[in-house]
Amino acid sequence: MTASESRRVGSWVEAAPAPLVLVIGPEELLSVRAVEAIVSAVRGAQGSVAVTAFSAAASSRGDLRAATSPSLFAEPGVVVVEEGEAMNDEFLKDAVDYALSPDPDVVVILRHSGAVRGKRALEAWRAAGASEFLCPAVKRDSELVEFVEGEFTRARREVRPQAVRALVDAVGGDVSELAGACRQLLDDVAGPVTEEAVSTYYGSRVNATGFAVADAAIVGRTEEALTLVRHALDTGTDPVPLVAALASKLRTLATVGAARGRGLDPKAMGLAPWQVDRARRDLRHWEADSLARAIESVAYADAQIKGAGRDPQFAVEKAVRTVASLASH
Amino acid sequence: MSVWDQVVGQGDALEPLIAAARSEDAMTHAWLITGPPGSGRSIAARAFGAALQCREAGCGTCHACRTAVAGGHPDVRLVSTEKVTFSVEEVRQLVSHAQSAPSEGRWRVIVVEDADRMTERTSNVLLKAIEEPPPRTVWVLCAPSLHDVATTIRSRCRTLTLRIPDPEVVAWLLIERDGVEPGLARECALAAQSHIGVAQRLASDPAARERREKVLALATGMRGVGDAVLGAGDLTALADEDAKAATEARNAAELVELYVSLGVEAGERLPPALRAQVRQLEEDQKRRATRAKRDVLDRALLDLLSLYRDVAVLQMGAPVGLVNERHREGIADLAARLSLEGTLDRMDAIGVARERLAGNVSPLLAIEAMALALRPVIP
Repeated sequence: MTASESRRVGSWVEAAPAPLVLVIGPEELLSVRAVEAIVSAVRGAQGSVAVTAFSAAASSRGDLRAATSPSLFAEPGVVVVEEGEAMNDEFLKDAVDYALSPDPDVVVILRHSGAVRGKRALEAWRAAGASEFLCPAVKRDSELVEFVEGEFTRARREVRPQAVRALVDAVGGDVSELAGACRQLLDDVAGPVTEEAVSTYYGSRVNATGFAVADAAIVGRTEEALTLVRHALDTGTDPVPLVAALASKLRTLATVGAARGRGLDPKAMGLAPWQVDRARRDLRHWEADSLARAIESVAYADAQIKGAGRDPQFAVEKAVRTVASLASH
Repeated sequence: MSVWDQVVGQGDALEPLIAAARSEDAMTHAWLITGPPGSGRSIAARAFGAALQCREAGCGTCHACRTAVAGGHPDVRLVSTEKVTFSVEEVRQLVSHAQSAPSEGRWRVIVVEDADRMTERTSNVLLKAIEEPPPRTVWVLCAPSLHDVATTIRSRCRTLTLRIPDPEVVAWLLIERDGVEPGLARECALAAQSHIGVAQRLASDPAARERREKVLALATGMRGVGDAVLGAGDLTALADEDAKAATEARNAAELVELYVSLGVEAGERLPPALRAQVRQLEEDQKRRATRAKRDVLDRALLDLLSLYRDVAVLQMGAPVGLVNERHREGIADLAARLSLEGTLDRMDAIGVARERLAGNVSPLLAIEAMALALRPVIP
């Protein structure tokens, strides 16, 4: 097992050509980048490159062997196999066979999301000394921040932590969008990237979620709630979850209020402790009757959005305005 | 005993059907039977189907009559949907089925038990088939009212309107046919507002009676906003539970059946090529659950509506009986506290909630808004 001991395992950033390459992980953008890096490395070394790509989900027996066989014009080849996580049994057999005698002149890249399917092929490749580059999911806030920092470091540019924070807040959780934003800042900003630079480009943009809208509306911050709802709608949030968030917030308020009046424990009603604390604070802005009117206005908006009215966006906006104006300051 | 005995309290409304079964001169190729829920539309349609197959126009005892009423006659196809609406594919199949000649009886009868559950696009598929069916095919559509089917369908059918049977007649049916004790039968007939199917369920299932009581208690016992929101949560949870109980056992059985027909052992891993079929079944089951939940909630709202109807009766001093005699105390209390206008507002709010539910508004939200509108005004 000397081959497996010397094989390279690293992050997507270190992606480099090898006869067998596994690009593993769910993050599409990173895995595309890893593949690109390998292809351009081969091109750099050889001057030109023939890239063959096919899907492991719709492969038939022999496809892999055919794609890796030497071409008439003797160009060095890169074969990219997509959707390894959905590979069919025929590809699985092909992949296992190929691992026994890989062609040293061809780079074969198998992209795989890291799911269970095709485990046997992956094991066979690892045993044959395949290089492995990982593309972990970028979902959590800390991961997003780390990703943005990485983008700037890789470009050898200085970036302030506040600027990274501001960028993640403005653009939100979509990795491709974040990468695009970083690209733009890198190209357009001279010198270190500061918070001011981020706000020049993304300052007017707010990554507004349904709950951010509802939070602002429920404490009566009308202007903020309306701005947020516009941002949310303009960045493609559907009106339905916006109204659902409002309804759920109001429901929590009413439930916590009712529990208080009856001396019940609100935690027994399926609410988390932080929800209860939050609702207790927010209840200062509400009376029973205004709460009732707010819930009615949200129910009306939900009906309007689901076909009773013509303009769903207006219906949401109106509900937000009504709720915010019913909350006393 | 004739097949028509099953349809109670309709007087001579059924005459055209009886005449058509006796003589082909009185026959029409498409019928639309309308009448409020529970008036026995589908029972009448089945009886008609049986009468058309029977040599004596509905003796009720021959093989043809019995199988047709039970839904097993090869020439009488009973169609209903358990989803919110029929799908276009289902109706297309029906249209091609309508082209075949009857196999043993005189007519091929197609009974669509809920013709109101069709979108416009779906009913357009039916138009041609209903207008010019083959000579021995008869369509019988059932819907609550004329306006529940597309105008184009309506104009191609001969219509027949059933009425709400008298509660006494329904009670009599419960006593005679199901052997229900007379006091209970009368109470259930009233509570169901002459809806025969509901009356039967109330009479035979104590849990159903209990659920109805809980629903009514929501209105009579409510004091403020907190009660309303908590009550709405309870009511929706109750409907969820009810719908789940009604569908869960069957869902599991269907899944097992599907596995058997696909040739997969239980517990064995499903080949990917077959997964689509399981997913299809699960989607159908989900649609069925949506419908079941909506039906339960709608029934509850109708019960509430009957309560406010009683309140209005007392307020106006109308010389008619109460539907919810058992709750007279709570109703009198509401009648004293509300103005007549207030009662009507609350009935409107229930109507709005029913519309919202039908319009796919989140059930909990629609019920909450309604419950809040029902809460008494604190002077």
